[in-house]
Amino acid sequence: MNVASYIFGVASAVLTLAVVIEMLRRRRLRERHAVWWLIAGTLALIVGIFPPVLIWAANLVGVAVPLNLVFFVSVAVLFLVCIQHSAELTALESKTRKLAETAALQDLRIQTLEQALAEKPTAIRPLPSRGSNRGASTSKSGSR
Amino acid sequence: MAPTLSSTLIVMPALNEEESVRNVVLEVLSKLPGIAVLVVDDGSNDATADEAIAGGALVARLPFNLGVGGAMRVGFRYALENGFANVVQVDSDGQHDPASIAALVAGLDHADIVIGARFAGEGDYSAKGPRRWAMVVLSKFLSMAAHTRLTDTTSGFKASGPRAVRLFAEHYPAEYLGDTIESLVIAARSNCTIVQVPVSMRPRAGGRPSHNPLKSTAYLGRASMALLVAFMRPPVTLHEGNPAA
Repeated sequence: MNVASYIFGVASAVLTLAVVIEMLRRRRLRERHAVWWLIAGTLALIVGIFPPVLIWAANLVGVAVPLNLVFFVSVAVLFLVCIQHSAELTALESKTRKLAETAALQDLRIQTLEQALAEKPTAIRPLPSRGSNRGASTSKSGSR
Repeated sequence: MAPTLSSTLIVMPALNEEESVRNVVLEVLSKLPGIAVLVVDDGSNDATADEAIAGGALVARLPFNLGVGGAMRVGFRYALENGFANVVQVDSDGQHDPASIAALVAGLDHADIVIGARFAGEGDYSAKGPRRWAMVVLSKFLSMAAHTRLTDTTSGFKASGPRAVRLFAEHYPAEYLGDTIESLVIAARSNCTIVQVPVSMRPRAGGRPSHNPLKSTAYLGRASMALLVAFMRPPVTLHEGNPAA
């Protein structure tokens, strides 16, 4: 390993961490989504500054070629991030669906109320004075 | 029978059914005068909603397509919020004979879910190849789960009693095939009783059922997957006597 590749390794890790932290700071990334990238960036920085750590870790888990450990950990991190995103997507879809259901039900309720109002305009007619406004809101909750 | 029917809501999920929905609503209202019909417009881009209103139905419009499961959830939630005890799901394409609705609702006297079954001796509905095998496999497993013999589990013609309505308003699955397969698994595992009554099916007013063997095989795969996942999921709990939950 020469000096250039050493600097390249450290610089890449620092850049990754800087991007993640800056996005966190600007609220463009939530902590729960940033955590895997922070872990990956920190690991890359440690291995970049102290390359013997990688060789030590590879020996520890019995990986013959240390570089393969890097690939394995990278794939594992990407895999976890993907799974997390799929789960978040499922949650978001179910929230959107619930909102759509509620919108449809409220739309129907407004329709029904408007129809009742058209048939019996005197029943719940909003007037500018305060007293009749209160009357209108009670009859609205009463029809529920 | 009259008090039961007055607390029954007919729910029709409809996607681009402007040709048939008005006549189906009119036919239901003529066979069962005064019954409440809710058409859930599942994000149609034609005049389905207007046609349904013209026929005399209540219409809930979904802002985008959610599938039959999502549309039925709207129906169950509406029933729960407006004090309907029973929900009957009827297709808006005219395949289901409104004359059978009374028989389905009558079945709710001693069951939580009544399925209008096509192969139970009445009518002339038939399916072949992988689609048929899928239906047989599904019937075997779901019969086991429900402790009763069910022959047509993919039927969309179903009546749900008060317990099932409470369960489904909260837990009705919105995924593909969830409205037929997983909903029955959820109900069976929440100790709802499921029975079937024979009904005859009419040919669809518009559109043809698919007989493409590739599509049928894909259906078999997806149905098996849906069944497997439904059984793997933790059972949901039904809050007894707590309709507001």
